[in-house]
Order: sequence, then C-alpha cells, then structure tokens
Amino acid sequence: MSWAEAFPRGRSAVVGAATFGLGECPGYSALEMAAEAGYRALDDAGISINAVDGLFVALPDDYLGGLAMAEYFGIAPAIVDNNRTGGSSFLCHAIHAALALDAGLIDVALITYGSNQRSNAGRLVSALRASPYEGPHGARMPVGGYALAAARHMHAFGTTREDLAQVALAARQWAAMNPEALCREPTSIEALLNARMISTPLSVSDCCLVTDGAAAVVMTRIDRARDSRAPIPLLGGATTVTHKEIAAMPDLTITGAAITGPRAMAAAGITPAAVDVVELYDAFTINTVLFLEDLGFCPKGEGGRFVASGAIAPGGALPVNTNGGGLSCNHPGMYGLFTMVEAVRQLRGEAGARQVPGAEIALSHGNGGVLSSQATLIFGTEATL
Amino acid sequence: MTDDTNAPEAEYLGLLAQGCFMLQRDPQSGAAVFPPRLRAPGHGGKLGAFAPLSGRGVIYAMTVQPKKPPEPPRIVVLVDLDEGGRMLSHMPAATPDSVAIGDAVTARIITEGETPTVVFDRAQ
Repeated sequence: MSWAEAFPRGRSAVVGAATFGLGECPGYSALEMAAEAGYRALDDAGISINAVDGLFVALPDDYLGGLAMAEYFGIAPAIVDNNRTGGSSFLCHAIHAALALDAGLIDVALITYGSNQRSNAGRLVSALRASPYEGPHGARMPVGGYALAAARHMHAFGTTREDLAQVALAARQWAAMNPEALCREPTSIEALLNARMISTPLSVSDCCLVTDGAAAVVMTRIDRARDSRAPIPLLGGATTVTHKEIAAMPDLTITGAAITGPRAMAAAGITPAAVDVVELYDAFTINTVLFLEDLGFCPKGEGGRFVASGAIAPGGALPVNTNGGGLSCNHPGMYGLFTMVEAVRQLRGEAGARQVPGAEIALSHGNGGVLSSQATLIFGTEATL
Repeated sequence: MTDDTNAPEAEYLGLLAQGCFMLQRDPQSGAAVFPPRLRAPGHGGKLGAFAPLSGRGVIYAMTVQPKKPPEPPRIVVLVDLDEGGRMLSHMPAATPDSVAIGDAVTARIITEGETPTVVFDRAQ
C-alpha cells in the first residue's frame, strides 16, 4: 500500500487552535507559555485537559519537555511524543496524532509549544551542538546554511536579492493586516535591500524575527470533531529528513518538500491548483522560494520570478503566509505550529482583515534544521471531505 | 576496541593531527565519503580504509559573514572534493571578491585550539 492510500484522509480534525504571547511575553517560562496555549486551544475546542490522552510537545530548552508538560498539566497521557525534528516537529506530531486517533489508541491529541527566547535570551535558542567537522569553521548557523542555499539558487537560476526582498515585502504586507504580528509598519524593496548583511546574500531583512510565542492545536477523530464549533479535517500529510548539516544536503536547490508536497497532496487527493492558501516555514526568504518550487506552485528555478510577480502578496494569485510569517509576524525558534494555526484560522473564516475569501483547502509546511526536515500538511473545510 | 573496527571520527581527526587529509572510499561508487562512517551511507556496505586525497576541489556554494573589525569577514564554503564528498569549510587567506562558486580550491590543514581542521585556498 502506498503512503497516499494508507493515510487516514479526513478521519481526524483540528477542533481547537490558539496562540499565546506572540511577540514579547516577559516573565513567563517556555513551559508556562506552552501550557497557556494548550489551555486556550482546549477552551476553543470545548474539551477539558483531563480528556487529553495524547500529548505532543517540543520545547526549546528542555530535552524532556514532553515529560515536563505532562507533569504541568497533571495528566498521565497514553502517548507522549517528544519528537524533535526542529521547527517541523509539530507537523510530524499532527501526522502521528492522526494515526493514533484513527487507530483508536487515543481520543484527544494536544500539540503544544512555547518559547520565551526573545525575553529570556534575546537571540535564537538552540539545543544543537556543532559537529567536529563544522564547528571549527566558525560559521554562523543556521543562517549560514540558508545563505549557502540562496547563493547556490542564485548561481543556478539567476535568482536575485531583489527577488528575495519581494518575499519579505509580501510578508510585511500580510502582517499589516494581522493584529498579532510584531512587525506591521510599511517597508520598501529599497529599505529591505539596504538592511545590514548577515551572511551573503542574506541580510537581516531576509531573516526571521526573534520573538517569544506559543501555539497549540487540539485534534480528535472526525466523528467527535463534528460536535465542535468549527472542525478542520486533516486531509493529508507527509514528512521526510534528507540530512542534518548543510554539507550533506544532496542538492542545495531542492529540498525534501519535493517529496513531502506531492505525497501529502496525493494523500489528500488534490493537486497544487486546488490549494487556496499556503502557510510556509519562512525562517529565511529563500525558504519561501524553495518551497513554492518544491511543492509544485511554480517550476524549479522560477521561484524568484514567481514571487517578484507579486503572486504571493495580498491581492496576488496565491496567498502565502497570510499571518505575516516568521519574517514579519513571529518566530519563537520553532515556527511550524504557527503555520498550522493560521491554516486553521483561514479555513474557519476567522482571519479578519487578511481572510482569503472562500478558502477551502490550506497547505501548511514546516522545516527543521538547515532545510533538513520537511513536513507538509493539507487541511480542508468539511465541504472537502 | 573490538575486532578491526576503529571509531571513524577519531581516526579521521587523528590522521589530520598527523598532517594527513584522508577519507574512506565507498567500493560501490569509488567515491570518498565525508563525514567518515562505520559503514557506507545509503546502502550499509563495507567501506574501504582511509586513503589519501589530492586535496583538490571545487566551490559548490559560498557565503561571506561580516565580523566586527578588525576581524576579517569569514568566507564559508561548501567544497566538492575531486574524489567525492562535500565538506563545509572556510577560506582564511581569501578575500570575498577573489573567490566564487565554481572556483578550484586546494586543501590545507590548520589547527586552532585542539581540533585540526581542513581549510581551503584558491588553486594556483
């Protein structure tokens, strides 16, 4: 049986979604932030914490965060998944939750995350250790890995810094319509291009924000989900890992999204043309370009020209990162869960001024490491079942 | 230590400390394997012993990371070795405008602190 045939299409759904403490959240620990987001997502779902029997967690500063989270909630879950594939962790969690729900092993899955890196450290908090092969070279990572990919993409396809700036500009234009976004003031291509260089060709404006933030979603089987106020079925999903360190990435212009995108869409029974709204893990501007190509929204090598056409900005043909993304909304270190929350809000029709009218199918894509782990989810409204 | 199995990471670094830049070869492809492994990545077959490299390679990707003056910017590269294998490294003797993707480079072993490492210069 293929992955697409085996995936439990539409047999589980997100029934609650929430964020907490986006931007700055001084005084809270990462654990407390993840707990509060979890409580709010459960409130949204109308489900009590003591009904949660599947707990899915990745915290920035705690190797055993799943254990800490269970203790904090005062529950003894049947499944605790502390899988950490980096920022994509939560999309992997959602697939594992869908399988466990469909198998009947659990009834309520809570996926939660919180990070206080901005208030606590003022920089990206990472539990990564440098390898003996890469450590001595003193390269700033992870930005250096993404910069190498951007440089290679420019070399291979003629992508320009202006193209990358268009990604940041579109993100800012979406963020302007999102009251949760940290950076909402207007900017320009010229201002973005003149920003301080971090790792050529990426300037500070090509890099995501460093913020606090927490998010959570609750999932149940579809039968129970129908009792909730606004269930959003999970239609498909797929994940892969192609490497850990950037030197081991087979081709720096092709990510594992070229595997997970087609697989997730096959599981959902859709093609890229059916997707109404796209939420990508934009830790750096090059991510958006690579993922749009690899997920099939434009041909390989055309991502730069695609974004420069205005396609992904408000009013464009393909709404991308409608919350403002990691570039302008928030990025607490592991951003993946926020792509899921925004996809759910869009499909529920609850995205306010930035709502994509009539959105029926949303794609959420997560990334971990240095383009190392990729994970794609396809959500739909009940009408798509 | 058992049988004829050596810890490959320690063996590679030990060879570097002696001034020898050497890697294992995958008998199936004939290509050098980096980083060193116990068995071949992908298929798990036996690897050949550590063998010398020419030290020649080509820049696959490059990024320049500015530092606080007077420290020069760090030129970080991915180098495809002629014998196979791609490694992350840097080019301490180069200037940002003097190197680009596609340039031929040669390896040199340096030791800063305790760990020896391989850096690259533009090929003459």
